[in-house]
Amino acid sequence: MLRVEHLSKSFGGVRATRDVSIDFPAGSLTAIIGPNGAGKTTFFNLISGHVRPDEGRVLFDGTDIVGLSSLEVVRRGMARAFQVASLFPSLTVREALTAAVVSHQRGSRRVFSRFPVAAAGRRADEIMDLLGLAPKADVLSANLSHGDQKLLDIGLALAMDPKVLLLDEPTAGMGPEERWRMIGKVHRLWEVTGMTMLFIEHDMDIVFKIAQTIHVLKYGAVLAQGSPDEIRRNQDVIDAYLGTDHRLSETVGEA
Amino acid sequence: MRPGLSPAGLRRPGLARDVAIALTGLALLLALPMAFPAPALRDFLIYFFAYGLLAMSLNLLVGLTGLVSFGHAAYFATGAYVFGLLMQTGRVSIPVGVLAAVGGTALVALVIGAICVRLKEIYFSFITLAFQMFIHSVIVTWVSLTGGDQGLRGGIPRPPVLGLDLNDARTLYGACAVVFVLCILAMRQVSQSPFGYTLRMIRDNPARANFLGVDVTAMKLGIFVFAAAMASVGGLILALFVSGAYPEFAFWTTSGEAIFMIMLGGIKIFLGPLVGTLLLQTLNHFVTIYTEHHGLVLGTVILVIVLGLRRGLADVLFDWLQARRAPRAAGPAPGSLEAEPIGDGALKGRTV
Ligand SMILES: Nc1ncnc2c1ncn2[C@@H]1O[C@H](COP(=O)(O)OP(=O)(O)OP(=O)(O)O)[C@@H](O)[C@H]1O
Ligand SMILES: [Mg+2]
Repeated sequence: MLRVEHLSKSFGGVRATRDVSIDFPAGSLTAIIGPNGAGKTTFFNLISGHVRPDEGRVLFDGTDIVGLSSLEVVRRGMARAFQVASLFPSLTVREALTAAVVSHQRGSRRVFSRFPVAAAGRRADEIMDLLGLAPKADVLSANLSHGDQKLLDIGLALAMDPKVLLLDEPTAGMGPEERWRMIGKVHRLWEVTGMTMLFIEHDMDIVFKIAQTIHVLKYGAVLAQGSPDEIRRNQDVIDAYLGTDHRLSETVGEA
Repeated sequence: MRPGLSPAGLRRPGLARDVAIALTGLALLLALPMAFPAPALRDFLIYFFAYGLLAMSLNLLVGLTGLVSFGHAAYFATGAYVFGLLMQTGRVSIPVGVLAAVGGTALVALVIGAICVRLKEIYFSFITLAFQMFIHSVIVTWVSLTGGDQGLRGGIPRPPVLGLDLNDARTLYGACAVVFVLCILAMRQVSQSPFGYTLRMIRDNPARANFLGVDVTAMKLGIFVFAAAMASVGGLILALFVSGAYPEFAFWTTSGEAIFMIMLGGIKIFLGPLVGTLLLQTLNHFVTIYTEHHGLVLGTVILVIVLGLRRGLADVLFDWLQARRAPRAAGPAPGSLEAEPIGDGALKGRTV
């Protein structure tokens, strides 16, 4: 579904992405982990057309999408949610989702009908139900709690009916309990829709529990990749990233 | 359940409601000069129609899309001059002149807009201003066509339209009122359409809109052209009424006044800019009668409103109504984490 080959990007002297090659099979759920500044967000920026790589290819459904604008990438079926929720403060949850659906249905130019268009409104309702946002339908995006803002950000991406969904730290800024609730929703979303999903996450317990495959980035390069079990046992990862004091036994029990 | 009764379907009478309001408004506008037959009132209202369309159309850019144009009067003037020049040939009827003036202005705006909408924020503002100065200088220097500084003179003929004699002041007033209300209704429809909500997305967060498949540049260009077309109607109403066109129509102060009207009236209520237009025009009218220093007085009033209230008058009303409604209607949903409003000033609360 999605494959990157020899992807590299430098910002001035900072090599944010170094020769990254990863294959994301259709329907997979993959975690990208790594310390702060490892280049995780940059990696998403590169594949979603936001930043152009210096080198390498991004194969989406078999075609190279390097050089396409983020608009064209979205229209081909790759959507993303952001590390800091990126919303429309003056629109309500329902309006924002409906407007996003309208855009996906290529209805943004319509001036003779009234908003909300019924078909788009129904799809927005479905998305709200899926994410548990229905009770907040008429709340302004600016007035949502942090967690709901992150959910709405994902909802906006879902409005694109993506084949590939990129989630940049869906649990950023949440307390432990809220994290698990959020990741539970993300996991269910993946099960229900069968999308190819990539997510960035800092919480190791969460990653080990739900990801099928894990890729560890460090200084922009892939340090290790494999199943949760393989990553957990990987000495490089333990040394470089997890630290020896991480109590792995506990997470084994949970998984 | 019939499709018409779905929750989304229930909101559809929006257009019917707007048409009803428009008809009521029109009836009021037509009745007013009958109740108070002084010609001064009619004249005042025709100016109100012209500048009201300028301010309302500018607000499609400023309030709805977040594009602060400093050069909107350029299209007001283009409409006035194209219409005036066409009518002076004596070969076109008024409806044809109107359509050609609006179409011609839209074309000019398409070319200028294609350049402007690619620029962001202050750069957009400056380039719109630059184009306005360009159009102003074309008007002033092309004396053989436009009359230059003196304006388009010799009068603008008003051949009868559908048997109506527009040389009759009351008929002219009625025709202007109808056109005015139709334009306001068209702008309302656009702002409530899927396109209008796409523009709100762009105003709030253009980068995110782009990631949701919105062609931001094309949408901005679309509203730029439409707003220019609506401004041109304001211009041609004025040209028809004063029977001429003047370079001041395209001067930067005219754009500045339109921005004042929006600031005075507010951007949260659709008709806010009309409140501002009425206010500024009333001030202009009375202050010029009583003092020579009308610029000083106007400036003070605007400063007080902008700095004192930090929003337009219609916004004050709107916020007050919201605050009254809020305790009953909203109240954070049970179980929600504390909902803390973020952002302040212009972005706080809902804008229309
Ligand atoms: N647009 C940019 N211009 C310059 N430098 C950038 C840019 N984007 C990222 N960087 C740099 O690239 C490096 C990787 O940043 P990135 O945001 O991808 O890290 P990250 O893994 O997402 O970190 P975090 O966990 O803190 O979100 C950092 O050193 C950052 O400063
Ligand atoms: Mg990041």
